[in-house]
Amino acid sequence: MLKINNGERIDRSQIPRVSSELFHRQLSQFVRNNGFIVQFFAYPEDKQMVLLAVLRNSDLFILETTVGREFPSLTLNAGPQFNLFEREVAEQYGLRPAGHPWLKMLRYHANKSDKPDVFGNNYEEEIPGNYPYFQVQGESVHEVAVGPVHAGIIEPGHFRFQCAGEEVLHLEIQLGYQHRGVEELLQTVPHKRLITIAEGIAGDTSIGHNLSCCQALEALCGLEVAGGASTQRTIALELERLANHIGDLGALSGDVAFNPPAAYFGRIRGEFLNLLLALSGNRFGKGLIRPGGTAFAMGQEARQVIANKIKELRPEILHVCDLLFTAHTVLARFERTGTVTREHAQALGLVGVCGRASGLDYDVREFFPTECYGDLPTISNKVTSGDVLSRAMVRQEEIVHSLNAIDLLLAREEEPCQPVPVEGTDYALAPSSCVVTLNEGWRGEISHCLLTDDQGQLIRYKIKDPSFHNWPGLAMALRNQEISDFPLCNKSFNLSYCGFDL
Amino acid sequence: MYKIIRNRLEQGHRTSSYPKKPIQLPAIYRGLPMVNADSSLTLARRCAELCPQNAILAEERKIDLGRCTFCGRCAEVQEGDGDYFVRFSQRFELAAVRREDLITSGSLPELAQHAKEQITKLFGRSLQLRQVSAGGCNACEADINVLGTPFFFLSRFGIDFVASPRHADGIMVTGPISRNMRSALMDTYQAVPAPKVVIAAGCCAISGGPFHGSAEIIGDLNTLLPVDLYIPGCPPHPLTTLHALLAYFKQVQS
Repeated sequence: MLKINNGERIDRSQIPRVSSELFHRQLSQFVRNNGFIVQFFAYPEDKQMVLLAVLRNSDLFILETTVGREFPSLTLNAGPQFNLFEREVAEQYGLRPAGHPWLKMLRYHANKSDKPDVFGNNYEEEIPGNYPYFQVQGESVHEVAVGPVHAGIIEPGHFRFQCAGEEVLHLEIQLGYQHRGVEELLQTVPHKRLITIAEGIAGDTSIGHNLSCCQALEALCGLEVAGGASTQRTIALELERLANHIGDLGALSGDVAFNPPAAYFGRIRGEFLNLLLALSGNRFGKGLIRPGGTAFAMGQEARQVIANKIKELRPEILHVCDLLFTAHTVLARFERTGTVTREHAQALGLVGVCGRASGLDYDVREFFPTECYGDLPTISNKVTSGDVLSRAMVRQEEIVHSLNAIDLLLAREEEPCQPVPVEGTDYALAPSSCVVTLNEGWRGEISHCLLTDDQGQLIRYKIKDPSFHNWPGLAMALRNQEISDFPLCNKSFNLSYCGFDL
Repeated sequence: MYKIIRNRLEQGHRTSSYPKKPIQLPAIYRGLPMVNADSSLTLARRCAELCPQNAILAEERKIDLGRCTFCGRCAEVQEGDGDYFVRFSQRFELAAVRREDLITSGSLPELAQHAKEQITKLFGRSLQLRQVSAGGCNACEADINVLGTPFFFLSRFGIDFVASPRHADGIMVTGPISRNMRSALMDTYQAVPAPKVVIAAGCCAISGGPFHGSAEIIGDLNTLLPVDLYIPGCPPHPLTTLHALLAYFKQVQS
């Protein structure tokens, strides 16, 4: 395995290409020794297919192997961390992970190779819903089907509950309804469209995903980012985190029918979106980050607007948090609801808020820092029992941490940097190269991996949203819970459908 | 209880007085683009070349708001003596009834005057909408949800988003309509009792948005259903949506 750095270009020839057996053995051992998967995907090379894996413990590693029509399933031999990754490989390129115990579709689309479909589907037909759900049999067992169109204003996805009375025995989550072919688009469109599409991978994570995209392009083009621009990007990523975490705490409050914090946090979330608008002209920060820096200089005036707003909002946020977390009726609903044990979290490879709430102490900002994170204090979480309360408390701790981080960043003595010129987006990408970027988005570890051919053309653009790791966590959280607690559990994860579906 | 009262006092009254009083958005916000009719064709073509959305019609000096993501790149290009192609105004009133009206150089027809009498009569006092999310990035959904927060407080206008299409007067569609959502969208539309309205919110539902050209999307809601109201943006600012609903259904003048 080759040790690599976050956001550093390497020659593809440096990636160790090992035999299928060694690949299998090394990955199995790595995961058994407290290792985790960052990326695991297939890409075509000449007339053969290659499987590439990026792994992490306290370092990042990369290796690959060639593969024929089949490869031995790592899910079977090394555990459920590989489950969704292998199903994705099967769906994207028609490569069968032999022996996979749960080989089902993820996103309902035809594969991108000339190989026959692993699932035997005809994609000319209406496929969504045509899915072999796991079923529990028994006289008192009943099934509840929810979605793809839900009761609220949220994204589509299907949830199938197997219940005995109120108790959920098993939940199967079937997504794919938001699939819009993002990876395929990124590999084929003119470069000027790249960041616009990256900002649409998950709109609530526009900054996180576009930052990961731009860092990768910077590595492939050898672009330097000025200090001031880095500060601005870091502030933007933290504002995005604040807006979403605060919105989530409000929504959790609303789900247990405690309306005051729901209303207050709902409004305060908007204040942070308006700060992103003050930085970029868009409430989700779309259009802000460009390869090489940012589109708008953050002058003294913008710094002051942010500083003043944070000063104004900080006590309000703390007071509403206090209101929420000291209400015993709220605690009674949050505590010991939807618990994911540390053991399960590790087996599934949960990341971000959900991982940390279950005691997995991993944060990209600390382990593989980009932008200004190397200069900022790290965070540790105190409540890590894996239930709804822990996921809410981790958010509260991160809110305070982000407010402090932005104050520190604003206090830096820096000249505002020049905006990146709008023209010149036909990037000369380094040929035969590979780059992997990681960032701690508000949901957790985002990773983009770009591969170029000997002409500098993108041959593979692989995206991994943290939700890809965490959806199975939600399914586990529902085991033996009352079905009426599903909305609360779901909100405590608040995962992305579009980030998963791509 | 004490904490609830204390927080209530601290939070105060936050609901906006829009539309009775106008709201000014910050100068950096990119609303209705004002195209410079005197800009040179070379400059207009340079801007069209830059546009990730192919939204600029250089010869006609127009921008298609149904494609535009309001990224603002075209407003950054200048030529020697200060010649510019477009400036974005802070006007957030962007919705239109006809698709062709969205192709504009900076003026849109007054929406309230285009509202059909029958629609105002039927839905002017109470409007219940079912939102269908069909393949987008969830930013549109997020900024529709915001209309329920105390600042916008949509329900004070008699407008609500409801859980069931059976209870709805129409649907508001977001996203470029992924192939995988086509049949669920059509089922939802069928389940809404007639007469019903169809609203396309965000550039994805109008033209495919950032995902235009993908084989996995339908891209234009109008090819599936008759669209009554177009709300441009990526995503539309909550005020853009609020204005569209108030002007079209209640004939509130901007």
